Amino acid sequence: MNQLTQLLEAALFAAAHPLPIGELAKLSPEATREDLRESLDELQTHYTDGGHAVELVHVADGYQIVTRSHFADAVADAQIVRRPRKLSQAALETLAIVAYRQPVSRAEIEEIRGVSVEGVLRSLQDRGIIEAAGRGEGLGRPLLYGTTPQFFELLGVRSRDELPRLEDLSVALRPPSEQGEMAGS
Amino acid sequence: MTAPPIRGTDDVPFVVRLEAFSGPLDLLLHLIREQEIDVTDIPIARVADQFLSAIHELGLDQAADYLDMAAQLLRIKIQLLLPRPFDDEDWEDPRAELVRRLLEYEQIRELAVWIADQASEHGDRFARGWIPDLPDQPDRPVTLDLGDLLLAVERVIEAMPEPVLHRVVPRPLDVEGATRRIRAMFAERAEWTLGELVGREPSIADLLSSLLAVLELARMGFIRARQLQPFGSVVIRREPADAAA
Repeated sequence: MNQLTQLLEAALFAAAHPLPIGELAKLSPEATREDLRESLDELQTHYTDGGHAVELVHVADGYQIVTRSHFADAVADAQIVRRPRKLSQAALETLAIVAYRQPVSRAEIEEIRGVSVEGVLRSLQDRGIIEAAGRGEGLGRPLLYGTTPQFFELLGVRSRDELPRLEDLSVALRPPSEQGEMAGS
Repeated sequence: MTAPPIRGTDDVPFVVRLEAFSGPLDLLLHLIREQEIDVTDIPIARVADQFLSAIHELGLDQAADYLDMAAQLLRIKIQLLLPRPFDDEDWEDPRAELVRRLLEYEQIRELAVWIADQASEHGDRFARGWIPDLPDQPDRPVTLDLGDLLLAVERVIEAMPEPVLHRVVPRPLDVEGATRRIRAMFAERAEWTLGELVGREPSIADLLSSLLAVLELARMGFIRARQLQPFGSVVIRREPADAAA
């Protein structure tokens, strides 16, 4: 490993959250983005090929060193770390709506889910997965919610682009015009 | 409408059952999928009865969201029963909106499954120093509107202690005037008591002015003040002119 790669490894090891490339660039002012990417690749290969129990992942627009999932059960069973708390079905549905419809108001979420979501929204906010992202037009200027970078971190994805596209889902929403035909047939 | 059979709810713990379904749409979808009903051609009468029966059976009849859905189903059922003219091109299937909502909801549910899988998969990879719940999360940005702000200002004003007001007035002491007056009195007589010099019922300002004038005159050697016993009257006598000089 060259010196830049070692520097990156040290920073990524010490960080509690994924480090974006802009942050990593501060480590070495003379290194270009290209140099950084090359070093990150080198580090990734080093972990993959070197028989290590950790790997370098690219999540939430940052880089992070994580343990391989192969060791999850052993490490968690020994209570050395706790797995993140599982989200309830209500929280998952609410989160899905926020992720795909953001910025979205509470009323819109409730319209889709058919239930009150006040408590769920609060607990998702408390966990830092969603946040109030602004205020909408209309009566009372309702708060609008959006996802935070922690949402991507939770899923281990880089950005919205890695979420499934609505068209690819097995339940594809037909435009309303076609629904009448279907119902009448 | 036929009253749905009400089955015993005593043996069904309310909370546990409520968690089995995440909402009325979830329950409705469950009924539809269970019976492999075509979602675009829902036999509303049958499904509405089943829905009502289910919310009784599940002990959910206290949950407003479920009752809301039950009411909507019954409304659609009634709309379908109403007679309508043949070949009415403006007629819309009253179920269309429900179908749209069900499909939209089912899509969300599919996404929820994906999110759960993804989170569970990534949750197996522990980051360095991963902290389950940050004890000190930074405060979220404060979102305030004018009303909040005004209320806050009002609370601060209310919390402030009552201000202590001081009245500031021009100093009314007139030591020079009192000196002139006392000198004039001593021109008349050589000995006065302090009480006489001050005058009867003086204001505080006059009393202080006279007192300062007496002390000043005594300092200059114009008069000499004497008190023969504690708390006795102070006798003030003019010094002979040569002593003063």
